[in-house]
Amino acid sequence: MTAGKRKTGLVFFPAFDWAISPTHPEREERLLYTQDQVFEEGLLDLDNIFEFKPGIATKEDVERVHICVPDVERVTTESHMISAGGAITAADKVMSGEVDNAFALVRPPGHHAMRIVHGARGFCNINIEAVMIEHIRRKYGRRRIAIVDTDCHHGDGTQDIFWHDPDTLFISIHQDGRTLYPGSGFPEEFGGPNAVGMTVNIPLPPQTSEEGFLYVLDHLILPILDDFKPDLVINSAGQDNHYTDPITDMQFTAQGYARLNDRLSPDIAVLEGGYSVETALPYINVGIILAMAGLDYSQVREPDYDPERIRQSADTTRYIERLSEGILGLWKRREEQKRKIRRDSEFIRRRRSVYYDTDHISEEQTEEVRVCDDCGGLVTIDSTANHATRIFAVVVPGGSCPACRRKGEEIYGSRSRGDGPYQHIYFQDRDRDLYLVK
Amino acid sequence: MILGIDVGGTHTDAVLLNGRFEVVASAKVLTNPENLIVSFREATSRILNGGDLKQLERIVLSTTMSTNAIVQNRVDRVGMILAGGPGLAPETLRINEDTRFISGYVSHRGLEAAGTDEREVRDAADSLKKKGIRHLGIVGKFSTRNPGLEQRIGDLVEGDFEHLSFGHRMSGNLNYPRRIATTYLNAAIWRVYNRFVEDILRFTAEIGTTAPVYILKADGGTSEISQSAKYPVGTILSGPAASIMGILSLTTGKEDAVALDIGGTTTDIALFADGVPLLEPFGVTIEGRKTLVRGLQTRSIGVAGDSRVRWEQGELRVGPEREGPAMAFGGPFPTPTDAMIVLGLTKIGDREKAAAAMEILGGEANASPGETARIVFEKTCGLIADAVREVLDEINNKPVYTIHEMLEGKVIEPKVLYVVGGPAEAMAPRLGEMLGCRPGLPKHAEVANAVGAALARTTTEITLLADTEKKILTIVEEGIRQDIPGRFSRDDALFICREKLLERALKMGAREEDLIMEIIEDQEFNMVRGFYTTGKNIRIKAQIKPGLISPRKDGGTPS
Repeated sequence: MTAGKRKTGLVFFPAFDWAISPTHPEREERLLYTQDQVFEEGLLDLDNIFEFKPGIATKEDVERVHICVPDVERVTTESHMISAGGAITAADKVMSGEVDNAFALVRPPGHHAMRIVHGARGFCNINIEAVMIEHIRRKYGRRRIAIVDTDCHHGDGTQDIFWHDPDTLFISIHQDGRTLYPGSGFPEEFGGPNAVGMTVNIPLPPQTSEEGFLYVLDHLILPILDDFKPDLVINSAGQDNHYTDPITDMQFTAQGYARLNDRLSPDIAVLEGGYSVETALPYINVGIILAMAGLDYSQVREPDYDPERIRQSADTTRYIERLSEGILGLWKRREEQKRKIRRDSEFIRRRRSVYYDTDHISEEQTEEVRVCDDCGGLVTIDSTANHATRIFAVVVPGGSCPACRRKGEEIYGSRSRGDGPYQHIYFQDRDRDLYLVK
Repeated sequence: MILGIDVGGTHTDAVLLNGRFEVVASAKVLTNPENLIVSFREATSRILNGGDLKQLERIVLSTTMSTNAIVQNRVDRVGMILAGGPGLAPETLRINEDTRFISGYVSHRGLEAAGTDEREVRDAADSLKKKGIRHLGIVGKFSTRNPGLEQRIGDLVEGDFEHLSFGHRMSGNLNYPRRIATTYLNAAIWRVYNRFVEDILRFTAEIGTTAPVYILKADGGTSEISQSAKYPVGTILSGPAASIMGILSLTTGKEDAVALDIGGTTTDIALFADGVPLLEPFGVTIEGRKTLVRGLQTRSIGVAGDSRVRWEQGELRVGPEREGPAMAFGGPFPTPTDAMIVLGLTKIGDREKAAAAMEILGGEANASPGETARIVFEKTCGLIADAVREVLDEINNKPVYTIHEMLEGKVIEPKVLYVVGGPAEAMAPRLGEMLGCRPGLPKHAEVANAVGAALARTTTEITLLADTEKKILTIVEEGIRQDIPGRFSRDDALFICREKLLERALKMGAREEDLIMEIIEDQEFNMVRGFYTTGKNIRIKAQIKPGLISPRKDGGTPS
């Protein structure tokens, strides 16, 4: 343990009456055994652990982050609004000083949801951390925030949402995209032209064990956080790196998760994936809660825990050491990298295809950002889903400079629905908390 | 006829009710803390005559016996054998120096993740025996999911101790630390409680009645007294439960309501949802120990009739100390009671002394005695109203775990405020105004506790878990663990649950006409391996909820 007892808030919302489908991993009993273990251990009775009922996020909370096509109601259910609301409650309890840190143990998850939402991808509809972060900024002021995503899958949605944001550092540690959904998250994905280095991807080889995860934490993530000096650290606490997870191939443990959380010491942790509902989640969650509360977690382990059986190979260890060194070098040369990417462009464009595996939607997207040293830069997006629904969005960033704002207003004003190929034209002003649709 | 007796800390009250549940006689005597039977005898003899005795068909008792034994530490030394496995560090679970940790534990699915070591159990038992310990608690983590491990430990030490308390018998609820505390308390008061039961039964035999004797439990329900002797811990906080059941018995509402018992030192707050008193979600707390004992929810605050009132840095403070009676009764400091006397809200006490109290208090704030009394009264009512709002807020914001409850969950909005206790009449109207409730002053409030005990129905609860993948059913409160077919359904579970609840309630002395069952938890989950459903996890909890027995329709004596 690195710290004494802390006041820890827990927002627990297992949504026992909600599933994507009856045998889908994201189903009713996902947190049932976690509830059993947390209740049986008596964690809610501890004098420094406080349980809070989640709030319900509003349409405005979602529109501050996403452009939902055609609208918020059509792509979300109550469960998503409660899950995001739970993350917001956790944040409010920390920001108001009622607790020292908080864990939103809620479902469904959100880190695969990108800025534009045509439907669900990777079991996610809206990005609950992003909704929470923009709520924090709206209510408590512009903060430098670091997100450390420890889910086994690349947090591509969170990456997309904060790609151009120089005030949000997004670090994702995940199983190598060549071996797992969503297939992205390589070190070369390093942030947009106005936020170079603000996205850090750490793809780990399959079979990485406690040793590898903690090495990366100590030798890469913590040094980068020391440089960035965030006001808040948020952990997207996916739990699918566990050695018993049915849909991934890693060797992490409850004890490892607890140590990682202890050393990272996040202000807010938000549950993401993790589908070994019976043999991993109960123990990981008890470990994380104890670690956050600054209590002794050394006795937490799975019934079948055997460190020998899950030890990573020497090759894996060497690979991870080299990888960490490489990425740290990249981080240190981020300014140089920025100049290379920008050259003298006024706008930089990227084109990509996004697949919504949960809802079987294919999206084609062209995104343009105004190169800007004074803010995150104006962004415009032209998006077409299933060759049918086409929309155009103008996004003015939080803390926008006058030039980006002027330009954004001008573009939105010059377009009208019906005289072009677009069903809808959206204007999201993150600075003035304004959302318009035509 | 029913005889209701409330053996309280100060007074012992007895009431005799006829078949229409009307109070036909009542008595109040001082409690003899050294020998409760003496008080019991005295109160009873004042209201019972030979004729009544023959007509008596039940005797119900509420008593601070168990609570006092714990509070005054008149308990036996208890050895504890704990089998918890990984999780919280064991040292945080140690309850006393006689706690022994042994290997072996059960997982959340009810599987024995590690077996016990016979040698270790024997060594633990021997070391405790050597110290002269005769009462043993045996508690395992998740023993509510599979009591087998606790039972095996019990078999190994059988005969070595006078009494064994098993964790799984205390409650079907999860919470290992609470299970440890509950089992410990059960073992600690087992002998003193059993003696008390013997004394009571000897006494009733002596006076020549064969009417069954019941005891009021913390949940506001009764249990036949010799049944209660197996789980004495269920009778802690019988007193506060009697007070809530008393208010319930003197009112007729089926609405959401607040009940206040305003005494000298504290005010107890309880809530009714649709006329039913609320239970603590996990269990009651006694002497700072959180337990799994099913009990009515009460909140106690140190603001009441005799609270000391003073100015502190320009702020008026009421309580939480009580330094003696009101000045109007010769007490040392001004109190809310003095203020109420000055305001003419009550006619008790010495008016001049009360005025002097307000004079002293007012001097510091440059206010007349009348103004001061008004400020004190407002402040006192305000503090109580704030506490009620806080309790309501807490209950209405209690975490829930389904979308349905999130969106449709019951919100308690009290319409009525029942007030009992000394200052009830003086304070009820103003408190009602503050809380937006219609004030109600129950009749016979002075013996409410005894009436509440007399009319409380027998309550109990059972928890059924069926795992159709492992093909096992558990009803832990009854120690049942049996095989079921893989096609076992939720309907089967509900059927068995109802049946077992009935059996249990009848065994505890319930009357057939009061067996009003309620399913309080009803969950069914698919267990999936890969992408196939391999079984169901069914969880049902059923109860006979706290409430009053029903009078027979012909107005005659209930059987």
